[in-house]
Amino acid sequence: MSQLLAVLIDGLNYSSWLFIIAVGLTLIYGVMKILNIAHGSLYALGAYTAASLAGSWLNQGHSPMGSYAVLLVAAVLVGVLAGPLIERGLLRFMYGKDEIVLVLVTYAVFLILEDFIKLLWGVDPYLLYQPYGLLGSFDVGNLTYPVYNLALIAVAIAVGVTLTWVLARTRQGKILIAVIHDREMAAAQGINVSLVYFVTFTVGAMLGALGGALTAPMISVQPGIGAETIVLAFAVVVIGGLGSLPGAALAAVLVGLVRSAAVHYRPELDLFSIYLVMAIVLIVRPKGLFSAQEARKI
Amino acid sequence: MRSNRCLLLSVQAVVCIAAVLLAAVASAQDKPIRVGLVTFLSGPAAGPFGVPAKIAAEAIVDSLNAGKVPAPYNIKGFSGTSIELVVVDEAGGATKQVTELRNLVERQNVDFVIGYISSGDCLAVAPVAEELKKITVLFDCGTPRVFEEASYKYVFRTRSHATMDAVAGATYLLENRPALKAYGGINQNYAWGQDSWADFTAVMTALKPEAAITTSQMPKFGAGQYGPEISVLLQSNSDLIHSSLWGGDLEAFMLQAMPRGLFSRSQLLLVAGEPYLHRLAGNVPDGTIVGARGPNGVFAPKSALNDWLRAIYKERTEVNPNYPAYSVALAFLGLKAAYEKARLAAIQAAVPMGAAKDVKEQMEKAYGRPPDEEIIKAFEYLTFDSPAGKVMMKLGKGHQAVTGTAYGTTRTANGQVTIGNIKYYSLERVQPPEGVKSLDWIKGGMKPGKW
Repeated sequence: MSQLLAVLIDGLNYSSWLFIIAVGLTLIYGVMKILNIAHGSLYALGAYTAASLAGSWLNQGHSPMGSYAVLLVAAVLVGVLAGPLIERGLLRFMYGKDEIVLVLVTYAVFLILEDFIKLLWGVDPYLLYQPYGLLGSFDVGNLTYPVYNLALIAVAIAVGVTLTWVLARTRQGKILIAVIHDREMAAAQGINVSLVYFVTFTVGAMLGALGGALTAPMISVQPGIGAETIVLAFAVVVIGGLGSLPGAALAAVLVGLVRSAAVHYRPELDLFSIYLVMAIVLIVRPKGLFSAQEARKI
Repeated sequence: MRSNRCLLLSVQAVVCIAAVLLAAVASAQDKPIRVGLVTFLSGPAAGPFGVPAKIAAEAIVDSLNAGKVPAPYNIKGFSGTSIELVVVDEAGGATKQVTELRNLVERQNVDFVIGYISSGDCLAVAPVAEELKKITVLFDCGTPRVFEEASYKYVFRTRSHATMDAVAGATYLLENRPALKAYGGINQNYAWGQDSWADFTAVMTALKPEAAITTSQMPKFGAGQYGPEISVLLQSNSDLIHSSLWGGDLEAFMLQAMPRGLFSRSQLLLVAGEPYLHRLAGNVPDGTIVGARGPNGVFAPKSALNDWLRAIYKERTEVNPNYPAYSVALAFLGLKAAYEKARLAAIQAAVPMGAAKDVKEQMEKAYGRPPDEEIIKAFEYLTFDSPAGKVMMKLGKGHQAVTGTAYGTTRTANGQVTIGNIKYYSLERVQPPEGVKSLDWIKGGMKPGKW
């Protein structure tokens, strides 16, 4: 198999993972203009909850295939518990404040949740490797890939398509776009902006947790995974243009392919590759690939 | 009459001095010796290294304070004075650790510092400890650069540096697989990973220059996703993959590499793999070469001290101690040995007690702590017993410990990973002698030095 094909497959695998971890972050920013640093903790909460629930599911002798459903349940659970708690309990009191204040607030939430995770799960890593190999593997040339990687690509596409469809084709999506464009005008038209924020943050939290839950079978779930992830997710969102869904998708593919190419051809550039993409994109388009043109208010 | 009066006065004087001494002893022993313990309590290194080291340190201090450590460490605390721990999180990077060290010394007023797992932190804090004139024992970091590129008076390291990991690993590999043709590596992109790979390739070049290097993968620390790296390793046709990965990175790499069949193509050498074997059961291929960075863990020789460490650690965790737990034990026991040696020397210098039969009793009667200068003098070139065997402070002008080491090969049976075919290497074979830098020694053919 040519090395180029390997670069492509590895790049797409990595891109799908990047998109899943970044999409919730860009959705929340797009609607609420909040750069949610706590997204990293929601990812970690998703991973821990998935490792605990699915681990318990498997230990009790239930069907191993059922563990995939448990991963999804874990993500939903974290989303519907942590999302409303953070949004109703804290963020709603901060709306209207400067964006940087909200960054600091979500950073505080991130720190609190990191310690909460340590209190609840301790510092020992959790392993949930069974679902990763359960679906078998397939060969491409002389390389073997787990089917789970294909499933991740499918999930990433499904999430992207669903969100795009909801935004473009449904009434709720149009309401969301109205709020994105002008919060005050949308409120004047009778849209319950507070409810839109609530739902958006919960869905965003759920997507963050989904990223963690689906990653749990491939990694050692341990303290600190949230911090590593938020940096990558942030880079993807910035490259794509803050708040842009297609931007996040394109940025994920770009970063994934560049990193894969770096590892295959120049491993010493691996560490630098993602930031190289970021630097080049920001030089050419300072607000990211898909940033909307902003009208200046006079 | 006059001689009786003199005798009476002399007795009174001796009683007064004894009373003062006893008061001094009581006062000195009331005030515990404060030891700052710096270890990872958060972040990726906490689970596999930092927390086991902290648990071990607490168990060791409790055992020392209760006087329950086997001989020659059966005196309570340090010379009868109890020990108090001040624990600090090592997470946050080298700059933060420099500040934390200053806090420990200037605000917490610790008497000694034992700490540091990260090589980067060790390199950063060593000159600061020197500036603060605080005896600091590095317990786990591996980079040989600490004492090869600088000289310190107040800094000690009670475990061997990482050169022996590479030398013994490559020696073991070639003894068991002399026909090896090509090898690659995956190591983290920071001081430990880079040093480990550089040492290993240098040793392999010296021992088997015809073996080809296929690829060197250096993912960032905490990368978590290794898909492209595994593809490159799969395509590299390496007979062996060298890795110094540890913690979550190692576990994630193994979990992702196993289903892709990497280890059916290449044998694996894990420099620091021993602590993870029980956790990765089912995901460690048979025939993996594993080290524990010294004769620690499963490689530790049978002894009363080893039994003691296993018992006190198992009492708290229900598992056997891993190598960071051994490393922290070496630091406490080395410091205790130096402290008590300095104390004994001070007592012998003050009172002619050379003929004293019961040294333990004399030690418990001692008062005040010996000055740092004396402790340093006692620590330099010290040889002390440990749960990992004899430790000799022979490098770095007596500030850097040396031990032998061991490697073995894994085999999974009944869901448990065991290590067999264990081979021990004496320190002469795996360590450069004093005054020779590791890389120079390796490139020069690794001639056994005189110790």
